[in-house]
Order: sequence, then C-alpha cells, then structure tokens
Amino acid sequence: MPLLTLENLRKQFAPDVIPVKDISLTVADGEFLTLLGPSGCGKSTLLRLIAGLDQPTQGQVKVGETDLTTTPPGDRNMAMVFQSYALYPHMTVAENISAALKIRKIPSMEIRQRIGEVADKLGLTHLLDRKPGKLSGGQRQRVALARALVRNPDVFLLDEPLSNLDALLREQVREELKHIFNAQKKPVVYVTHDQTEAMTLSSKVAVLLDGRIQQLDPPSRIYTHPANRFVAGFVGSPQMNFLALQSQGGVGTLGTLKLPLPNGLGDRPTVDLGVRPEDIYLTPTGEEPTLKGKVTLVENFGREQLVTVQFGEGSSKIRAVIPPEQEWSGDHVGLSLKAAKMHWFDSKTGDRLSPT
Amino acid sequence: MTQDTLRQRDQRTGWFLVIPALLILLLVFAYPILRAFWLSLFTQNLGTQLQAEFTGLTNYGRLVGDSRFWQSLGNTTIFTVLSIIVELVIGLAFALILNQTFRGRGLVRTITLIPWALPTAVMGLAWAWIFNDQFGVVNDLLLRLGILETGITWLGEPTRAMFALIFADVWKTTPFIAILLLAGLQSIPKDLYEAHAIDGASPVQSFWQITLPLIAPQILIALLFRFAQSFGIFDLVQVMTGGGPAGATETVSIYIYAMVRRYLDFGYGAALVVVTFLILVVAIALTAFLLARARINVSGER
Amino acid sequence: MLKVQSPTTTKTLISPGRLLLWVGVILMVGFCLAPVLWQLLTSFKTNAAISTIPTIYWPNWNQLTAAHYIGLGGEFLRYMGNSFFVSFISTCLCLVVGAPAAYSLARLKIPGENIILGLILIVSLFPYVLLFLGLLEIVKAVGIGNNYIALIVPYTAINLPLTILVLRSFFQQLPKDLEDSAKMDGYNTVAMLQHIVLPMTIPALVTTGILTFIFAWNEFIFALTFITRPEMETIPVAVAKIGGASVFEIPYGPIAAATVLGTIPLVILVLLFQRRIVQGITAGAVKG
Repeated sequence: MPLLTLENLRKQFAPDVIPVKDISLTVADGEFLTLLGPSGCGKSTLLRLIAGLDQPTQGQVKVGETDLTTTPPGDRNMAMVFQSYALYPHMTVAENISAALKIRKIPSMEIRQRIGEVADKLGLTHLLDRKPGKLSGGQRQRVALARALVRNPDVFLLDEPLSNLDALLREQVREELKHIFNAQKKPVVYVTHDQTEAMTLSSKVAVLLDGRIQQLDPPSRIYTHPANRFVAGFVGSPQMNFLALQSQGGVGTLGTLKLPLPNGLGDRPTVDLGVRPEDIYLTPTGEEPTLKGKVTLVENFGREQLVTVQFGEGSSKIRAVIPPEQEWSGDHVGLSLKAAKMHWFDSKTGDRLSPT
Repeated sequence: MTQDTLRQRDQRTGWFLVIPALLILLLVFAYPILRAFWLSLFTQNLGTQLQAEFTGLTNYGRLVGDSRFWQSLGNTTIFTVLSIIVELVIGLAFALILNQTFRGRGLVRTITLIPWALPTAVMGLAWAWIFNDQFGVVNDLLLRLGILETGITWLGEPTRAMFALIFADVWKTTPFIAILLLAGLQSIPKDLYEAHAIDGASPVQSFWQITLPLIAPQILIALLFRFAQSFGIFDLVQVMTGGGPAGATETVSIYIYAMVRRYLDFGYGAALVVVTFLILVVAIALTAFLLARARINVSGER
Repeated sequence: MLKVQSPTTTKTLISPGRLLLWVGVILMVGFCLAPVLWQLLTSFKTNAAISTIPTIYWPNWNQLTAAHYIGLGGEFLRYMGNSFFVSFISTCLCLVVGAPAAYSLARLKIPGENIILGLILIVSLFPYVLLFLGLLEIVKAVGIGNNYIALIVPYTAINLPLTILVLRSFFQQLPKDLEDSAKMDGYNTVAMLQHIVLPMTIPALVTTGILTFIFAWNEFIFALTFITRPEMETIPVAVAKIGGASVFEIPYGPIAAATVLGTIPLVILVLLFQRRIVQGITAGAVKG
C-alpha cells in the first residue's frame, strides 16, 4: 500500500522560477526513494514541499489517504535530516534528540527509554550529555539521524545527509544508513547529487532535471536502461560515451566507423549511440563492431585503466575501461563495442530508442 | 485560498509579533508629532487661560517674524555644522589609529568608548567646570602655556560659549563616529592597498584614492545620525549654558522647551515642533538620497 | 618554541610612522580621559584646594578629602537606584517587545515589511524634544506624572528602533536549517522563538541590552519633564539639579563627586563589554 503520495506537485517562486514542475510519485512502506539530480534540478525544493517547509503552488502531498498539503510541518509526523544537521547548539545531544518528543507530550519515562534505544543503536550513549559543538562531524551526523529515528515518523526525509562528511567516513556512514533503513518499514525520501549513494541505498531512484522526473526506476534499471541521454550521462562513472551517427539504410556511420543499426529505431537521418566505457574492449573479438584509433591518454586507477582513444577525423573521442594489467603495443589500437550493451537515443529529443 | 494557508498562518504570526512594538512606536513617536501638527493650529497659552482656541495658521505667521526663533535656528545650524565637521575629521583620525596594530589596542579602544557612554547632562556639568571663568582648568593651562595673560570668560561670552559647547560635543560624540568609520576601514580588503602600493602609490595617495571613497557610505551614515542628534541637541546646552549668554547658544530644542515649559505657550510650541520636524525630514531625505547614490557608486566601482 | 620578536622593539629605532602612531594614541587617550580624570581629581580635593589659583594638579594629603562623597549621602544612592530601576525595566521591556518584532521582520515576510523598517529607521533619527510636548499631554491626561511608567514606556520606545535593527541583523545571520528543523520537530513560531531562536541569540540580546541600558540611563529631557518629585529623580537630572541648586556659590566638589558616581556604572559597563558595544553600534547603524 503506497503511503506517501505526491500528486502533480508544482512550485513556482516567480514567473520564470519554477523549481518543481508537475511531479507525481508514490513511495510505499519499506521503499527507499532517492531524488537524484544536479544542483538546481529541484530535488531539494521537492523535499521541502513534502516536509511542508514550502507550500506547493499546485498539487497535493498525501500520507495514506490524508491530504497534508496545508498541514504545518510539525503536524505531518515526518522527520527530516538536514545537510547541515541543524542541531540546536544550546541543547545537549539528549535534549536535541528528545525535543520533538517533548513537544508531543510523550511521558518522560518513554522518552528516556526511546533515547536510550536509539543512542544505543547509533553508539551515542556516551555522548548524550555533550553539546553539539563538542562533537565531530560524524558524531553530529549520527545525532541528526537519531533525532529523526527516535520519532518513529510516518516518513523519513533526508537532505544530502552525507555531503558534509569526508570521503572515508561517508562510505562508512552510507553502510550504516543502509542497515538502519533496511531494518525499518517507513518510506524514505533521500535527496542527493551523488550517484553512488543513489545506486547503493535506494530501492527506487527518481532522476530529476529542470523540475521534472526524467526517470523513476530501481537503480539497476536506471543504469541499464537509462530513459534518455541526460540520465545515461548523469548516472555512471566514468561517463557514458556518446557518438552521433549518420544513419542510412540500417547502417550508422561516423567517419570510417560503420555500424549495423538494430531494428526498430525507425527511419531517421541521425541517431545517438551511447556505450559505457566498461562495455568496450581493447582486444577486437572479430564479432563485435570495431573501431580503430589512437591512444591519447591513459589514466591508471589501480583497479582499472581508463583509456582515451581518438578516432575518425581526429575530432571524436571514446573512453574505455580496461583491466589494469592489460598491455598493448603502439599507439594505434582497435576497440570492440559490446553490441548487446549499446544504448540508442533520439538525436533531437534525447529519448531512449528501443530496438525491437 | 486553501493553498496559501501555511503562508497566511506565518503572516498572521508575523503581525502578532510585530504589533506590540508598532503600538509603542506609534504612541511615543507618531502621536506626539501628529498631535503637534493639530495643536499648532490652535492658540493655547496663558493669554487664553490655557484653553485651546482655533486660530488657523496664526502661529506660523508669528513664527516668520520671530527673530528669537531664527536666531536659535542659526545657532543650531552653526553648532551642527561645526561640530559635525570637526567630529568627522577627528573621528576619522581615531579610526585610522585604531585600525593599526599596536600593543594595548584593546585597552585604547575601550578608553575611546568612555565619552560616548557617559550621560551628556552629567558630563555637561564637568565641562562647565572645566571652562569655569575663575577656577577652570582651561584658563589655567592657557595661562601656563603663555597663550593667555589673564583668565578669560568662556561661557559668558557668545563666541567662546559656542566654542565650549562644540568642544564638549566633539568630545562626547567623536567615539561614535570613530566606531562607525573603523567598521568601514576594517571592511576594506588589505590587498587593495598592496596592489595600489605595487602600482607606485604613496600611503597618502592610497588614503585619498582607496580609503576615502570606500568608506564614503559609513561617512554618510555617521553624518546622518550625527546630524539628527546634533540638530536636536538639548541636554548639553541646557546644562552648560542654558542657552545663554543672552540667547547666544540657544538652540531650537532649548527654545521649544522654554516655550512649552516656561512660557506655557503650547500652541506656538507645537508650531515650533512642526517646523523643526519638517526641516529635519527634508535634511534627512537629502542625506538618505546621497547615501543611496554613494552606495551605488561604491558597488559600481568594485 | 622559537620566540619571534619584532625587530623594531628590540634593536632598531622606532620608525617615523610608528612614532607618529604612538603620538596619536597618546593624544587620543588623553583627549578621551582628561575630562573624566579631571572630575575625579576635583571630587577628592578640598574646597580650599579647588578654589586655589593657580590650579593644583598634584594635591598633597591635606588638600584631599572624601567629604564631597559623604556629603552626597544616601540620597545619591537612591538616585542611582532610580536610574537603575528605570533603565533595567525598560531594557527588559524593550527586549521582550523588540525581539519578536525583529524576528518577524527578519523571517516571516509580512506584507509592508520594508515600509515598517523604513519607518523604524526614520523615527530613530527623531530628536526627543519633538516628542516631549505630545507625551507631556498624555502623561497629564492619564495622570502618570511622577510615575516611572511615564519614563519606562518612552525609554522602551526610543530604544526599540535600535533593538529591532540590531536583533534583526543577528536573526538573519542564523542558519535557516535550524528553524526548519524546529518546525519539523513541531515547534510553532512562538515556541520556536522561545526555545530555539532566543537561546541561540543570547549574545545579541546582551549586546542590545547593554546599549539600551546606557541610553536609558543617560536620557535627560523626559526625566526632567515627567518626574518632578525630587526623590524620584534619575541620575542625569539629579546631578544637573545639584549644579543649579545654589545661586551664589556653585558646589564644584559635590558636582564632581556626583559626576563620578553617576558615571561609574557606565564606565564599568564599557570596560566589561567594549567588544559587544562596538558590535552593537555598528550593527545598528550599518544595517540601517
């Protein structure tokens, strides 16, 4: 049963400032939805609309069957973790965690018990009497999380909760988040611009651009079947290669490269081909489409090498990820593109074209 | 309608929070001024046995021919202009000094605040004592320095009394200007001076070409505040000279106060309040206009 | 640890620039302190020493006395108490009324916000002499002459513009996330102000409170007009009256002693809170 429902949400600040344009989606119990997109795509505004911190110009926010669109944020029974953590500096950790419970007039016995439980779960027990100013970044992050968890809210909202942590800590907290939210059943809406977080944490990802949902799918499908060029380029690192092909009689050409086009792309003069770097091999197999070019850059990441190859009239580049130990002779190499992993996009709209 | 209720709720709370303050401000500021406008159309003095009689613009007619008013306005203008000019120059010097790093700067800054914090009425007495004819320390110092041969009258002589008032006012309010200008100086990035020095400019050139233009907004703000305060000067004059000798240091405030409290001429006093208010409003509007332009200039250059 | 010493203080002579600076510092300190120190000295000199010509700058023990202070007596303590009472109450009132207004003008986006701010700024420039006539009428009509309400309300009002402008600029600097977080936790605006915003702005409240206290302590014209019972007078009026009390012989010693006593609380405030006062003055003026 879907718990959180957004219907045709729109937020307009000024005639030409519309960060959220007509967004509808649902997040069911136990689902973890990530709003993913570049800065300015409207993801944070959307989260604020759900929280009630901003009022939508149009549309509705519902939890279950209850319309909460005009309900103040404090009465929505949603908990939010802020990017800056937003801990009250003059209150101790325990007071921070219990603030919302006290307002709701929960008996102090129960408050103490709930603080104890959540502090235990997050390893905060020895910090309960400290003020936030005396905590490390990671500890503050945990307090912010505890403050949300202790409330047992109907919906969890998280606004880039990891972006103020350094890289090592971020990975560790990401794991913890996954454990914590796997263990509970309430819908989670998580905002980030970091695709790794989106891919690893979510059960569902909404990729946003210009206030519109570009694709709403499980992470694996976002990766394997990006709905358009933007999603394909935004998700995946290193970025997907895009090649603009001339298409004639079922053959796509780019310089000397000739590719048989799959069926079902329709009759069109040009088409965009997308291939992820990991779907390109340095050793021609003989079976897959091959292209020849000159190696201009090799970046060794230890785990893999990223090879940039220039081909055609010298203006086109393609990047391939190859095993770290692989060697080759000379600057000129041949690359095979994995036909099964090719993505096709309309060169005008950028929409995905599905071969039949 | 329902779409906006959260916002409306916020605004209702907003009004609820701001209204007590507005009511107090209206009561203490707006009412007396509006009341003065109304009362100035009446004659209400000992002649009418303190009953208000509507006499239209009579009070204003009287004001035009009231040489004592014009003299007090002239005194106020002299006092305001001279004291502000001197305060700005000394205040800027103070600010420049306090902007340097030297040992004990914190203490020195604290000391410069003291004149600002002390009650004007009380320190007015101290100044009267300093400028005392017989035992005043000013006369004694000037005698010792050989500038004077005999002690002179300060507060009993028109020009010198005005000088003494301005001196005391400069002492009292220079710290305020210094603080404002210091804030301006501290907001100027150091690299501007360094770049200018590399271009071959001397410190004096830097002062005229960088420092002054960039603290122009602070100078104007200080000017605005000081103008308003100085134009309404009351306590210092009341305590030091009482407006004397023979009205030579009588400011508009002193005159208004005397008109109401001593002569019990409320209607005419109200007319004086109205005219003073209007003069101030025009002057403030002018300064604010200049201020807005200066701000644009400064941001335009950067 | 290596000790780094600046070469100017140890070996080389002081540069002309530094010399000029120190001359400036000395002149500045002298200018600011001289009148105060002179009052202090006068207040301890005997009447004979005060009226000796040429002036005595270094009195010997015979020329010193505490009589002027003793002469002021308990009466003067009462004036100080009066001033303290009026200033303290009006400061509290000013913060209680001004802080919510400042918050409203900082965050709640009420219509007409800019007009209200502009008016607040303008009234802060009004000389009090323009107000006393109208206020005198109110005081008489309501019958609160010789009642401290007649001072407390105007003092609150004259300090409100500064309070609102300074606190507003502090509120605007608070991170917005904290307030959003409080809203999510379920605080309504008033409770949020009380439990989250104000506790976080205590330094700003202290800053503003000190300024309003000083201004209230120093106010003269309202105190002179609305309070006529001698035992209710505040410091500025009481001291000024000592100055005008005697026609033939002006009591310089007692005046000096009164000046010193009446200004001591303020000097202490300045010594303790120099930084905050500077901060408050600049915040009030620059934001306006």
